[in-house]
Amino acid sequence: MPSAGDAMSMIFETLPFLLGGLWTTLFVSMAVVVISLLIGIPLGCALVFGPAWARLPIRLYADFVRGVPILVLLYFIYYGLPALRINLPSLLAAIVALTAFKSAQIVEITRGAFQAIPKGQTEAAQSIGLGLFDRFVYVLAPQAVRRFLPPFINSVVDTVKGSSLVSLLGIVDLLLSLQQVIGRTHVALPLYVLGALMYFAINFPLSALSRRLEKRFV
Amino acid sequence: MSNAAPQPVIEIANLTKSFGALQVLKGVDLSVEKGQVIAIIGPSGSGKTTLLRCINFLEEYDGGSVRIDGVEVGFSEANGKRRRRTERELAHIRVDAAMVFQQFNLFPHLTAAQNIMLGLIKSRGKSKAEARSIAERWLARVGLSAKIDAMPGQLSGGQQQRVGIARAVAMEPKVLLLDEITSALDPELVGEVLGVVRELAAEGRTMILVTHEMAFAREVADRVVFTDQGKIMIDAPPALVFGEQPNERLRAFLARFAGLQLPAPTPAR
Repeated sequence: MPSAGDAMSMIFETLPFLLGGLWTTLFVSMAVVVISLLIGIPLGCALVFGPAWARLPIRLYADFVRGVPILVLLYFIYYGLPALRINLPSLLAAIVALTAFKSAQIVEITRGAFQAIPKGQTEAAQSIGLGLFDRFVYVLAPQAVRRFLPPFINSVVDTVKGSSLVSLLGIVDLLLSLQQVIGRTHVALPLYVLGALMYFAINFPLSALSRRLEKRFV
Repeated sequence: MSNAAPQPVIEIANLTKSFGALQVLKGVDLSVEKGQVIAIIGPSGSGKTTLLRCINFLEEYDGGSVRIDGVEVGFSEANGKRRRRTERELAHIRVDAAMVFQQFNLFPHLTAAQNIMLGLIKSRGKSKAEARSIAERWLARVGLSAKIDAMPGQLSGGQQQRVGIARAVAMEPKVLLLDEITSALDPELVGEVLGVVRELAAEGRTMILVTHEMAFAREVADRVVFTDQGKIMIDAPPALVFGEQPNERLRAFLARFAGLQLPAPTPAR
């Protein structure tokens, strides 16, 4: 058994490697969140304001993807798609799978944000002569943003935590880098504590922000 | 050209509207001349709010027509075919029939002044400065100069509704539609809102109000319209409607209000 002092120095020696893992976790999370916003918000708006032919496929997509475990999506894209001659490198496959899930969530959050606005808001805007565009920009969207932010930030927290799944594709994120260090050093507890603290350090400020926004806007 | 009969501001002919199997309006005719105040009364479910909401097409009517200054509101006719107006056309027409709502429906993310300015800028083409000074003027009219930059959430129900009235009337609509505007208010706040409406009536604005305030209807209306079961049963001056009344349905309806005393209206400061 290595002594406590040895364990400390080992942790310091492995810190750069762990930070590399942390960076991968952050990179995957950010990529997933940004792409999901770009996909999810327009689709969410289409789900609220769009014609029926546009709503149906979005509805199906959102319900289907949210009803499937993320791990199944991940394996499907990484191990399943090659049968269709779609070979994605592991990092890309991971981002695609997590984005597929996250964008479905963003669709739902967007829809919820708009549908929670009382119908009277639209009617009041109509009765002072605002057209579709002005109603959206000046009346509905600003109110939707307030309702969107708290669940969205919670969803970002979930993304950071859920990104640990990518370690199952052999991507050296924070979780896998921890496991590799533990495998080499056989020091488990302090390293898991350190890893947990790193996840916490990212997510706690986000949760706190979400709570503050909720208080302010709701 | 002389003495042609004045064209009514609002002309409703044979209006019908159904919600599913339920026919709410069964052929309604109503015409309103400039400067007239019309109070619509009637039991709930009689179609009075639906009728009001058809006038600015918040409710899409099925048959018949609603004309504001001769312009058909919801539909246009081309080559004998009836076509629902586009949102853009509707937006143009709706400003002429601005509405005040039972639930106020102020925009909660905008200040009192901004609530009024939005429509002025976007649909009346005013500059920001013009819109601001119009908003200031109207807020002063409804006694809320001190609340010009207050958010709706900081205002009482009565104050919110006065902003709601200012927002609608600032658009200088051809007709002002008031939909049970005191029904959501605490009794002690009703007077301040009615005071504002009383002043607007006095300066000759054309208004149609759906109301349960019988004493107020009697006081400000030029004509009182009694709706029942989707039709207009009576359309007459208040003295007739509230006087000796042969119509049994109206008598039964009014009997429910007998003995109700309204709070004394306070004039808007």
